[in-house]
Amino acid sequence: MQPSFIKELQTIVGGQYTLTDRESLAVYGYDSTPEIESLPGVVLLPGSVDEVVRIMCHCHGAGLTVTPRGSGTNLSGGSLSAGGVVVQTSRMNRIIEVDEENLTATVEPGVVTSALHREVEARGLFYPPDPGSMNISTMGGNVAENSGGLRGLKYGVTADYVMGLETILADGDTLRTGGKVVKDVAGYSLNPLLVSSEGTLGFFTGITVKLIPKPQGKITMLAHFPVLQDAAMAVSAIIAAKVIPATLEFLDKVTIKCVEDYAHVGLPLDVDAVLLIEVDGHPVVIAEEAAAVAEICKKHRCSFFQTARTPAEALKLTEARRTALSALARLRPTTILEDATVPRSCIAAMLKVIQASAKKHDVVIGTFGHAGDGNLHPTCLTDERDKDEIKRAHAAFAEIFDAAIAMGGTITGEHGVGLAKRKYLPKLVGESGIRVMRGIKQAFDPKGILNPGKIF
Amino acid sequence: MDYVKLINCMRCGMCLPACPTYRETFLETASPRGRVALIRKLQEGELDQSERLLEYLSLCLDCQACASACPCGVNAGELVAEFTCERKSDSGLGFMENLILRKLVPHPDRLETSMAPMRLYQNSGLQKLVRTLGLLKMFPKPLERMEGLLPTLPSRPLRQEIHEITPAVGTELGTVGFFLGCVMSLIFSDASRATIRLLSLFGYKVITPRNQVCCGAPNMLGGDLIGLNEAARTNIEIFGGYEVDFIVTDCGGCGAELKKYGHHIEGEPATAFSAKVRDISQVLAMNAETLTLLLKPLKQTVTYHDPCHIAHCQGIRKEPRELLKLVPGLEYKELESADACCGSAGTYNITKPEMSDLILQRKLDTVRASGADILVTSNPGCLLQLKKGLADSLPDVKLMHLTEVLALSIDS
Repeated sequence: MQPSFIKELQTIVGGQYTLTDRESLAVYGYDSTPEIESLPGVVLLPGSVDEVVRIMCHCHGAGLTVTPRGSGTNLSGGSLSAGGVVVQTSRMNRIIEVDEENLTATVEPGVVTSALHREVEARGLFYPPDPGSMNISTMGGNVAENSGGLRGLKYGVTADYVMGLETILADGDTLRTGGKVVKDVAGYSLNPLLVSSEGTLGFFTGITVKLIPKPQGKITMLAHFPVLQDAAMAVSAIIAAKVIPATLEFLDKVTIKCVEDYAHVGLPLDVDAVLLIEVDGHPVVIAEEAAAVAEICKKHRCSFFQTARTPAEALKLTEARRTALSALARLRPTTILEDATVPRSCIAAMLKVIQASAKKHDVVIGTFGHAGDGNLHPTCLTDERDKDEIKRAHAAFAEIFDAAIAMGGTITGEHGVGLAKRKYLPKLVGESGIRVMRGIKQAFDPKGILNPGKIF
Repeated sequence: MDYVKLINCMRCGMCLPACPTYRETFLETASPRGRVALIRKLQEGELDQSERLLEYLSLCLDCQACASACPCGVNAGELVAEFTCERKSDSGLGFMENLILRKLVPHPDRLETSMAPMRLYQNSGLQKLVRTLGLLKMFPKPLERMEGLLPTLPSRPLRQEIHEITPAVGTELGTVGFFLGCVMSLIFSDASRATIRLLSLFGYKVITPRNQVCCGAPNMLGGDLIGLNEAARTNIEIFGGYEVDFIVTDCGGCGAELKKYGHHIEGEPATAFSAKVRDISQVLAMNAETLTLLLKPLKQTVTYHDPCHIAHCQGIRKEPRELLKLVPGLEYKELESADACCGSAGTYNITKPEMSDLILQRKLDTVRASGADILVTSNPGCLLQLKKGLADSLPDVKLMHLTEVLALSIDS
């Protein structure tokens, strides 16, 4: 990058917040995506909206690419830049307002998701999206990726909560979409388009989200199933009985063995599946729902069922799910975590495909995840130094993605396309899908400076 | 360094919110994930061992909060320490390091004598004069900071005063060896005196071998593996000469180091030694019923700061809290981010004063918010750092070692 460009950027954000040394660039060359690295040209940490506007104007004029980055926990390579300008939002981390009359919160993009949780929950309010990385992921990143989480089944994902956005466009202009109103049909609905745009349409500087009252109570349950099919049927039966659990999580046999080896939480090794179920809401209602869940699980031949009576017991029941990723990740140096998603009626079929592909390509894949919303996390345990095994892992995942598409599902439920899944996107959305997306990109960013190379 | 330990990091970022220096800077180079990546890229030849790279790594406190947060068992703090240690041992010890780590630290008597001028400086009124006139401004910054951190010294180090054998009160429950930390003995001797007294009240015969030496933690910090192993061997041999059920320490830093002897040194005596090491809170919690009978009401509000060497390195969090909650009338308030480092971290508060102050300030803010009158912790590094911090910002809050609070309740 030309020194004059960098000098100009330095005057905007200050020398201290302009990183150009080899060491810094090297560690901004990765995010949480395995196997992908790419060196940026410069990293900036602006402290205000005004600075972001000036960065965009300068980059637009100079033809420099801009890649927004939060805490770098992206799982599809979306926060990486090849020689361009990476703009980290962390310093813009103020919760600007919690509006208890309109039930909204307005935040800057660098606010950490769990910090927002704490702030609103202290006032008896609730912001449901809870991605696995919520203790460090930023709201800007959550909006850009449309992050999900464990509570997706009942409460939906980030997109269901975004009401208003302030977005800095590629040329530095400000776009304001939506706001605090529940009903708004003026013109195209741009919020849903900007949510999950992965940094390719604009840079979010202000985010207004919807809040809901915090559920009054919660009941946690755990069930073991000797037969996988029974667990899958139980999931469908729970929903069919008109019970929508806040959490309906699943662990497969490989994961159960890893969790038991690592954390010794008392899981039997002869079961095919474990379901963790939580219902939340009014105490009277959840008592009824919990009874219904218990009956359904027993009817579907669970070999063990427990309802937590105290918060400590609840914590113990959730331990297996909470340690799932840790237990798997410890086995081998490299962990490839995917998020193929299918309609929940296809969960059993999808699990069969995953197991068959793992066996065929001779790789170890443990699967856990959000059974209730069909979003599974097949997790391949491998070693990046074993090139052949890595190749086999990718071959297995290619089959898994094909199967997900064939079942009416998607290649990514919550991690985004980024760099990692680019080649699979045309299979999912077809030529017309790509053409429309390109058209939208062209309308927002004709010079193509915003996070180039991502999605398509 | 073992390459697998470096590639085990899957870069998920779970360590970022736990890291005190990332919290202050938001810089990837100041995060555990970034430090592991820097060492890895250095090993892979992608980066050189530049001054800047070493500077970035040196910002690590080695508080190991990252290890507690890591889902795949990577200990970035320890990896940085290991890297620094390997590098320093390659380049050999400097003159001063050799003097301090080999000639001073392993010899308690010399260490104690070296403190004598400080005692004289404080007792003679010279300290008061120097501080009033602001004379320290004439000396290098680190010296000024060191002087500021030093609390009033006890008239004699505990090691010189304590009997080698303290008999059990009442029926003898067992025998414990007491490991006397250098700083505890030299500066916080009242706390260690309380520790020994509690053990004896519980029915333990307490053996405090007078010839025991420093645990070796300063050697590890200085990259002096030979010195560390020498210290370990000496202590293993000395304590091996007694029949003890446990080796007890009231210093978090010593406890963490002593528990690692079994890794540093091969053979049964080292593993047997490490297996017997207990933090004082562990031994006291085992005898909670006896303690309940002894404790009397204390009408105060207390909060607890987890020393990194106790919470992150030894995994002890429950026991100190349970003990404080046993004291009748004592209101316990949980400190926000109680297990976040206070910024002391060995010599970090002298070598990295700006960062250390930022981290200390955050800790003091949480202490203020807790509304406690007493702040309890159990590591001399934290005690030094927090004593200074409280004196400057919260003079009404009293700082005490865990055993001092319990002794106060017994005596009240």
